[in-house]
Amino acid sequence: MGMTVAVLSGFVVAPAAPWLHRLGRHMSGWMLALLPVVLTVYFGSYIAQVAAGETFRESYPWAPALGVELSFYLDGLSLLFALLISGIGALVVVYAGSYLAGHGHLGRFYVFLLMFMASMLGVVLADNLFTLYVFWELTSLTSFLLIGFQHEREESRKAAWQALLVTSGGGLAMLAGLVLLGQVGGTMELSGLASQGDAIRQHALYLPILFLILVGALTKSAQFPFHFWLPAAMEAPSPVSAYLHSATMVKAGVYLLARLSPAVGGTEAWWYCVTLAGIATVLCGGYLALCGTDLKRILAYSTISALGVLVMLLGMGTPHAIQAAMVFLLAHALYKGALFLVAGAVDHETGTRDADRLGGLWHAMPITATAAVLAALSLAGIAPFFGFIGKEALLEAALGTEAGRFLVPVIVLAGAVFVAVACIVSIRVFLGECRPTPKHPHEAPLSLWLGPLVMAAFGLVSGLHPSWVATLLSPAISAVIGPRGTHEPLQLSLWHGLTPALALGAGSVLLGAAIYAGWNGLRRANSRLDFLRTRGPAWWYDLTLSGLNRLASAQTRVLQSGYLRYYIIACLATTVALTGYGLIASLEWSWQFVGPGVRFYEAVLAGLLPVAALTAVRSRTRLAAVAAVGVVGYGMAIVFILFGAPDLAMTQFAIETLTVILFVFVLYRLPRFAVFSSRWQRLRDAVIALAMGTVVTALVLMAIHHPAQDRVSQYFAEQSVAEAHGRNLVNVILVDFRGFDTLGEITVLAVAGIGVYALLKLRPSGGKDDET
Amino acid sequence: MRSLILQAAARYLLPIMLLFSIFLLLRGHHEPGGGFVGGLVASAALILYAIAYDAGASRRLLRSDPRMLIGAGLMAALTSGLVSFVAGQPFLTGQWASVPLPGIGTVDLGTPLLFDIGVYLVVLGATLTMILSLAEQ
Repeated sequence: MGMTVAVLSGFVVAPAAPWLHRLGRHMSGWMLALLPVVLTVYFGSYIAQVAAGETFRESYPWAPALGVELSFYLDGLSLLFALLISGIGALVVVYAGSYLAGHGHLGRFYVFLLMFMASMLGVVLADNLFTLYVFWELTSLTSFLLIGFQHEREESRKAAWQALLVTSGGGLAMLAGLVLLGQVGGTMELSGLASQGDAIRQHALYLPILFLILVGALTKSAQFPFHFWLPAAMEAPSPVSAYLHSATMVKAGVYLLARLSPAVGGTEAWWYCVTLAGIATVLCGGYLALCGTDLKRILAYSTISALGVLVMLLGMGTPHAIQAAMVFLLAHALYKGALFLVAGAVDHETGTRDADRLGGLWHAMPITATAAVLAALSLAGIAPFFGFIGKEALLEAALGTEAGRFLVPVIVLAGAVFVAVACIVSIRVFLGECRPTPKHPHEAPLSLWLGPLVMAAFGLVSGLHPSWVATLLSPAISAVIGPRGTHEPLQLSLWHGLTPALALGAGSVLLGAAIYAGWNGLRRANSRLDFLRTRGPAWWYDLTLSGLNRLASAQTRVLQSGYLRYYIIACLATTVALTGYGLIASLEWSWQFVGPGVRFYEAVLAGLLPVAALTAVRSRTRLAAVAAVGVVGYGMAIVFILFGAPDLAMTQFAIETLTVILFVFVLYRLPRFAVFSSRWQRLRDAVIALAMGTVVTALVLMAIHHPAQDRVSQYFAEQSVAEAHGRNLVNVILVDFRGFDTLGEITVLAVAGIGVYALLKLRPSGGKDDET
Repeated sequence: MRSLILQAAARYLLPIMLLFSIFLLLRGHHEPGGGFVGGLVASAALILYAIAYDAGASRRLLRSDPRMLIGAGLMAALTSGLVSFVAGQPFLTGQWASVPLPGIGTVDLGTPLLFDIGVYLVVLGATLTMILSLAEQ
């Protein structure tokens, strides 16, 4: 009960946010932050129990027949993520209240932000695969709304679209993977799947499951080659970048990989796919991070690189690697969230976030600078910050595997890039000489520096007291390793002795400092390699999208010609093709005509109907054609009477009468009759008409020869009076047995009636409009 | 051009046809008939009146816009489906009650009748919306 309320509370409070915003005015951020604060305390109260090895589960039936439940599960991994989401959420809400102060749509912003927080909590707490998927897509949707928040800017709209298409496209692939996983694993609950790992890994469908889920996870976590949406998403306001695109949402893919690694991880295919995707992302993100001067873009690319590190570690899958992943995940969330908020504060106070135009802000913004330097030291992996412990753990994990000689250089390189980025966002921006900025810089208000300072301070405190953090991380590591194996208790400390990891860490700091020293030269050299970016995955994305648009408009021009005759041709030709194919494929040709007992009336009708039909086609006047069509209709009604279907006959008579009246009203207004169609067109129409007639005839013959015991009419005849209290079978079928169909049909009729009305009455000009 | 004979005939035919249409609607569950054909007959009656006089006369007779009938019909059909929720059964499950009517005896009344009334109203409303709009052009 409590967990469900905690997840859904965000959805409940969100719609009230604009009203609370109006009530609280400039204090609204502090007011709305109460919700995430309460949630943080709530989840925090579980730390001791979860550390003792307990797990919690809540479940409500949703669509039980399909195995869909609304179920939540709290273990070490979920708890770690839930605390990050609600804790950073509180700081971000406070920050947003000040960052967007005076913006006309701040109330709406809170709605999106709180809904995102609730969705994200749903993702990390979900136990049922469908619950997970629903919340997963909700995070994509709310991310779309947040990236496109400044919707009057074209770049924002484009970035929002891009992020939505990439992540929810990946989400669809993931859905297919999850459905297969649930069927193979025999349960839809993640908590149950963890122990089914061996059965799943040996199943024939293992590879499809793995690939489909990986597409979902890798798109969400912005892994190469899907990384391009994340830098574009920096169009969003800074609190969103800090919260969604650094600390929480982009880690959903990492979470999914971690959560599913007991079930589908540990194979060679997993190792290659996940680790290699991670390595490619680390290198690509690291390279691109050094190419730009926009602070947020630099941070975005270094985030991509860090996500690559996490994915790489989960791909390796050794206990050490998973320990390192959890430590690094926490460290990264703290310092990167802080740095994004700092970048936002700098942008807010100076009017620019171009690293080339900033400098010496230390004097104007001392508190923000302190937060930035603290976070940057953690990012650079300097002792005694938590980032140092994270980097040590990474190197230890890489050194401990066979593939270490490939992985260690990657991690050292990534570490060097992080050091260079740390230098850019701290030394470059806050130290050195002052530069002129669009706005005169002064210290940001409390709400703008509180978030970064708290997060950065956490990085320092956790580094000094790592045993405290180990209580939180240890159950998370056990959850990721799952029942496959045990791990030695997590021992986090600043000093491990003079180990190779320490030497490599120091080396990466020196390398990073060297990169920073030569950063200007590096950028000039990079600009010559511009084609790498202009022909990158983003270019392919644009190409695919515009190709799709062209395809859509081309097929629309063909199919939606606007001429009724072509629509009818398309409908009939499709029916003939599909039904005809079905008839030929089933091949139950039994042309035995039933008996010689043809009655006199039947013979007359059989002669009359074709003659009337031909007359209708050949006639040179409209009135004669209408009359001939009427003869065909009434003839059909007589056929119904002869074969004992009075209901159909009555309806047919009424319809025919009304149709003739309808024709008369229309004919009255038409111009003189003329023949416009060419000989070829008439021939084409004749062929289609004959084909349609043939198919329907064949269909009727087949229905007649169908074995009687299979027919549902037997059942209806028996149950009509007993179940539906009616003796008229046709009507009972219409209003009771097949009532839902009829409901659909009368809805169509209603839509058709209103459509005709709209066509006749609601013309842009001229038509008289007698609304009642 | 108005035909006096048609006008006089329409005046007498209209109530008879409307009565007949309701007769068809009510007997539909046991004998040939039903909401669909009932609705068609009723609209034929009103269209005959519209031909004899004019579309406005039919509209005045109807007192409400035919589009309202479409909505009312859909609502009736939908409501008849929702009744079963009260009994905890799936959507559109028929609910029946035996009602003693003085002078006739016991009659089985059920939600399918309400559904059929909905069909009747939608058919009447849609047909009249189309044909009266055309006639007014």
